[in-house]
Amino acid sequence: MTGIESPWIAVPVALLLVAGGLLTLVGALGLVRLRNFQARMHGASMGSTLGLGCLVVACVIVGSAMAHRLALHALLVTVFVVITSPATATLLMRASLYRGRARSASADPEVIER
Amino acid sequence: MSMGNLVGYAAWFAGVCLGVAMLLAGWRMIRGPAAEDRVLGLDALYVNGLAILLVFGIRVASGAWFEVALLIALFGFTGSVALAKFLLRGEVIEP
Amino acid sequence: MSRAVPPVLAVVLVAMWLVLNDTMAPAQVVAAVVLAAALAWWGSKLRPLRPRLHRPWLAPALLATVFVDIVRSNIAVGRIILGLVRDRDIRSGLLEIPLDLTDPHGLAVLATIITSTPGTVWVGLSPDRRRLTLHVLDLRDEAAWIRTIKERYERPLIGIFEP
Repeated sequence: MTGIESPWIAVPVALLLVAGGLLTLVGALGLVRLRNFQARMHGASMGSTLGLGCLVVACVIVGSAMAHRLALHALLVTVFVVITSPATATLLMRASLYRGRARSASADPEVIER
Repeated sequence: MSMGNLVGYAAWFAGVCLGVAMLLAGWRMIRGPAAEDRVLGLDALYVNGLAILLVFGIRVASGAWFEVALLIALFGFTGSVALAKFLLRGEVIEP
Repeated sequence: MSRAVPPVLAVVLVAMWLVLNDTMAPAQVVAAVVLAAALAWWGSKLRPLRPRLHRPWLAPALLATVFVDIVRSNIAVGRIILGLVRDRDIRSGLLEIPLDLTDPHGLAVLATIITSTPGTVWVGLSPDRRRLTLHVLDLRDEAAWIRTIKERYERPLIGIFEP
């Protein structure tokens, strides 16, 4: 690991990596813990927004420090995930509401966490 | 402890978190109960998978992982949308 | 050629090509410009509806607002998942919001913003595009959610995309 010996780079990168990992883990925990499907969707979106965002910024900083110039290409991953995830989320939400109605579940507000 | 080691440990920690997150998403994918849950689990699984590749890229100091992560993002999106569309309409490509 | 090349799309494509190849070599810049111009021109023939940016200088402030809200809502959703909100029940459900934004590109950006903030997912528009349905994880104060969406996101988007 050359080029990242400076604490001005290593400390922010380490913090971003830890934050990104924890955010994704908490989001995945929501995927398991929350009680109905619509609520679980919100947990999944934590990992793909700020969780992935933190990791990508860490990648950009490390890449730039090692190449001694601005290396932005990891940002494209976030850009693609951000512009594509609304399509998946909207279709899944509609599918669940439509299929839930078909299963005669109610779409009223319900308690998902005591 | 040198600063390079600090980044190495942080990347290791993030990798473990992401690995557990992938297991949890995989559990949701296998367990269901509804078909939507399985698609959501798969979606979370591939996003966490590409995040793990980015972290690996930091650990081994190589840029080759990046292309793989980008391809997972694009193909994973296509797959999830096709599955969600199928659940919604019973057909992926409508005539 | 009946219409010119859409400038914003072409610039975005040039930037994306150069970032993807991680280079500023002159040959790659030339390739990027040629490809972007051709693709933007063909793309605009496939989809004749063009976005018109009336006040693009409002976009950076909106981007900053969205970033702050993404961080805040990640923390809020994380607290709910970890069970740290103990003093009340968390109800989640659908929320209807009357819309004033009509530009389809503005609506697309609004959908991206709403889905990118954990805690809210875009469900759909009413057939007349006057009412928006959202799914909200923590439906404590419906009026506050409606105010947030309309004032923080919809108003700048109307400014950017509508005359």
